[in-house]
Amino acid sequence: MSEAANNQKNEVIDLAHVEKGSSLWSDSWRRLSKNHLAVGGGFLLLAIAIVCVLGIWIGQSHEEQNLSLGPTAPSSDHWLGTDMLGRDMLARILFGGRISLLVGLVATFVSLVIGVIYGTVSGYIGGKVDSVMMRIVDILYTIPFIIFVILLMVFFGRNLVLIFVAIGAVEWLTMARIVRGQVLSIKNEEFIEAAQALGLSRMRIIFRHIIPNVIGPVIVYATLTVPSVMLLEAVLSFLGLGVQAPATSWGALIKEGADAMEEYPWMLLFPGGALAITLFCLNFLGDGLRDALDVRRSKD
Amino acid sequence: MNLKETLKVLLGGSLFFAVSILLLYVLSGFGDRPRLADDGAKRQILHIANGSEPSGIDTHLTTGVTEHAIQMALTEGLVSEDPVNLDPVPGIAHSWDTSEDGTVYTFHLRDALWSNGDPITAQDFVLSFKRALSPKLGNEYTYMLYYLVNGEAFFKGEVEFNEVGAKALDDKTLQLTINEPTPFFLSLLNHHSWYPVHVATVLENGDLDSRSNKWAREDTFVGNGPFVIDEWKVNNVFSVRKNPLYWDADRVKLQGIRFYPLESLDTEERAFRAGQVHKTDKLPLPKIPFYIERNDPNLLLAPYLGSYHYSINTTRPPFNDKRVRQALSLSIDRESIVKNVSRAGEQAAYSIVPPDCAGYTPRQLFEKDIVKAQRLLAEAGFPGGEGFPEFNILYNTLESHKSIAEAIQQMWRKNLGIDVGLENQEWKVYLTSKMNMDYDIARYGWIGDYVDPTTFLGLYTSYSGNNNSGWGSQEYDDLLAKAAKAKSLEERMEYFHQAEKILADESPFIPIYYYMSSYLLDSRIKGWYPNLLDHHPYKYVYFEE
Amino acid sequence: MIRFILIRLLQAIPVLLIISVVTFAMVRTAPGGPFDQEVKMQDEVKAAIEAHYGLDKSAIEQYFVWLGNALQGDLGPSFKYPNRSVHELIGDAFPVSLELGIWAMLVALTLGVGAGLIASTRPNTSRDYLPMSIAMFGICIPRFVMGPLLILVFSIYLQWYNSSGWFFASDRVLPALTMGIYYAAYVARLTRGGMLEVLGQDYIRTARAKGADEKRIIFKHAFKGGMRPVVSFFGPAMANLLAGSFIVESIFQIPGLGRYFIMAAFNRDYFLIQGTVMTYAVLIIVLNLLADILLVWLSPRLRFD
Repeated sequence: MSEAANNQKNEVIDLAHVEKGSSLWSDSWRRLSKNHLAVGGGFLLLAIAIVCVLGIWIGQSHEEQNLSLGPTAPSSDHWLGTDMLGRDMLARILFGGRISLLVGLVATFVSLVIGVIYGTVSGYIGGKVDSVMMRIVDILYTIPFIIFVILLMVFFGRNLVLIFVAIGAVEWLTMARIVRGQVLSIKNEEFIEAAQALGLSRMRIIFRHIIPNVIGPVIVYATLTVPSVMLLEAVLSFLGLGVQAPATSWGALIKEGADAMEEYPWMLLFPGGALAITLFCLNFLGDGLRDALDVRRSKD
Repeated sequence: MNLKETLKVLLGGSLFFAVSILLLYVLSGFGDRPRLADDGAKRQILHIANGSEPSGIDTHLTTGVTEHAIQMALTEGLVSEDPVNLDPVPGIAHSWDTSEDGTVYTFHLRDALWSNGDPITAQDFVLSFKRALSPKLGNEYTYMLYYLVNGEAFFKGEVEFNEVGAKALDDKTLQLTINEPTPFFLSLLNHHSWYPVHVATVLENGDLDSRSNKWAREDTFVGNGPFVIDEWKVNNVFSVRKNPLYWDADRVKLQGIRFYPLESLDTEERAFRAGQVHKTDKLPLPKIPFYIERNDPNLLLAPYLGSYHYSINTTRPPFNDKRVRQALSLSIDRESIVKNVSRAGEQAAYSIVPPDCAGYTPRQLFEKDIVKAQRLLAEAGFPGGEGFPEFNILYNTLESHKSIAEAIQQMWRKNLGIDVGLENQEWKVYLTSKMNMDYDIARYGWIGDYVDPTTFLGLYTSYSGNNNSGWGSQEYDDLLAKAAKAKSLEERMEYFHQAEKILADESPFIPIYYYMSSYLLDSRIKGWYPNLLDHHPYKYVYFEE
Repeated sequence: MIRFILIRLLQAIPVLLIISVVTFAMVRTAPGGPFDQEVKMQDEVKAAIEAHYGLDKSAIEQYFVWLGNALQGDLGPSFKYPNRSVHELIGDAFPVSLELGIWAMLVALTLGVGAGLIASTRPNTSRDYLPMSIAMFGICIPRFVMGPLLILVFSIYLQWYNSSGWFFASDRVLPALTMGIYYAAYVARLTRGGMLEVLGQDYIRTARAKGADEKRIIFKHAFKGGMRPVVSFFGPAMANLLAGSFIVESIFQIPGLGRYFIMAAFNRDYFLIQGTVMTYAVLIIVLNLLADILLVWLSPRLRFD
């Protein structure tokens, strides 16, 4: 047995001890709180969320039109300018942030949970179960999305929960494949075999030893999912699912802004900027989490 | 990280950037990009951004404007149209006689040829009309030929074709008998459903009345228009070149036309600015004011034969009360909508027929009157909008529909105190909702088939398949029937005015504005005249030398 | 390995059948028919058209007729383009999407893997932050913004390229960049994540401790393992690239396959939807199979089973 494998075996045994004492998760939390970039990103994200939720009290309405004013550049009256119907962009961005953050974070989280569990189970159990589970993923990939969303609305009406269903249905698939790929690559490693030899239950091995070891790329992919989910929400509102005008979302604002990007650039820049800032925060937070959850780092 | 390291990174980054730019430059052939628009202007080749891929060029199977733009180049009917005012002018028929009572037209065909050299005969037309009316083909415009005696009966299988009012008296004489005198009959003949097809080619490729007959493809199609097909690449380009066999070939100055199926309005506009096309299909909304403001010589704005309105589902309370419908209509500030929302110079609409439609201009029967609207609403039992039930404006997803709906939503809230929700649906879902009358208020765009008020007024007859308002009035139907039999133009117009009065009073729909065509047209193009149908016969179009 | 591929291809048969049934059922349930339009069609005309296409038969019968024809290579006619068969439309469009997809993939892999590798070798330094920040912008800028931006700069301002169309070799550049940059950002992030994962493992530390050359460590030891997430991502992503992107195709007016996925659904062009979905299904199956083979090759401890 190589030196490296030996180390890993020791690690498993160490971990078995650690579980009794300070848990893996509280260790991770401690490491995370030391990462300034991650903490900063997390706080900024929280701040954005709070501002969006409280944004209704900034004095401007997201739906109050001023038709004769029309689109105007940022000014002291409207800090971020106005849109085609003369509505305050700041109010609209803050209002849109609520739905976008909700959809972006919740839908991503849901797809993360489903994808990680599905991929881990499929990869770890392997064999026939893996084949069937992965073929189901193949099938779900090909479902014509537009028709699927239209049918959802026909049968269930327009409903916020459906947004999560529609997005969840597509976003977890790639997540599951990535996780399965990672699991396949580590499940024959000695430390897993050692855990099996120690008689740990399957569930315990999956949650204690496999998931923490594959979480890195998963978190990276999850942070990447957030912006695409936010933009997907705009596609859903095109099909009539999602927020109804005059309510709005970042995706919808970006889409509107893109139509007028040459004439009224502020209509694209500010909602786009909001999305970008959120993504950067998430990204730092994600990297921090990745480092914090890295079981091998715990030895440092 | 030290200074040296930072410099290295910066240097590496800029090097990478420089290399990629250089690579792009090399791939581009050092910028000597051919500007098709300039080249075309020199060689008399017109490049047109044409909306979308044509579904086909078989005149009996197509319905769209996109297809018609191409068909006009490839096929010509009995009559053609004047490029300025669209009046019927001789086409394949060099002259025609009308009977006293105005129901029998005799056309004398000229010695014109199909693009394969065959002579065009009266029988070609008769068989084309037979095909257009055949029950199996599934031609959506069969009703255009119902003007012919027994046209409808033949379609429904009640009579043989020899009883239909279309006869070839000899090779060059065609007699059409119509049900009742129709002042706009000759203009109708310009509709593509009346165009002839080369029957021999159709038969070579299958049955006369089969939809799957593949005769109208680039390699098989035979036409009789000023141009013939050069190349047809799906979703890429449809290219035609001058037809030397066309009877009026001397007049045709263009050597060819390229139609590009550019689906996105922004893509079109950019293609125009990049010098790739001479004409776009429609200018994106946010850009129009900028073009207007700087007096761009390439901008073309012209009234278009269409009505943008909201249809009301009059079977649902409270919309079964005409006072409610009137209140909704009276409280909309149409001037503000066309000025600030649609912004393409549209004209605010207070009726369904656009102004100057074949000499008819509707009278303005009402105007914005919020006080009256509030009073009517109160009389209907909703003072200040109190207790007004929840309802929605339904529209198919499009940014401009959304903006107008949002503006109207706010007007109703402010002026009447009622809260309306907005509901957008994907196109086909929206159509289904509208057809099943599963809506409260729905956006409706209606484009005229031909220049005559009946194409609009017919929409709200009780028997119209496209009237989704649930409203119908015997009196209204009778007025239109009387107009059809009117002896003089004045009498006819008067019936129309009376009919519109009923519409204004009953308000089964809320008129909003009349359409405008707004697009870019290269200022070097001559012989292109703005008109209601946006038809521009290509044989008059040319580039200034 | 041959046995592995054969088994997967056998599994593809029921998968394709299920997909075809599900798609068929979904499409027929959706409201709105292929022949509904703003101007209502006369009932007789609609009946004639539906009879012509066999839509008057029961759904089950229609499915088996379609299946029978499809097995003989006939995917039926398109409703929207009555002169063209689905087979022909897809056959014409697929090579275009394939070509564009390959260009875009090259852009994505070159930029993405390159940036990811650079970043992962010096985590949490400017050499990490710079390429990763650029990548983040790549993700934040949706394709419907990136495409027009590139056109404004390179074809309207600089006049280097055509703004749209698919005629000259140079017409490939802007759409390939638009599509490629978007995926490059994903690839960069995943490469970095995967590489850091591997570089943190004990055998790499051991190799480093033994004083092995850094380049050798990265390319000889770490690279294969670090690419696993990218490979898993790239199976479906590649299928998406090759199947074309509606957004990119409509911005640049490219006669590719992507538009049919969207337009066929909007037009309720039944056979065209069925045809595009089956094409996509084959792509997904083949590319996921390729990805799984690559995965085994990248993971020394894995065997085909």
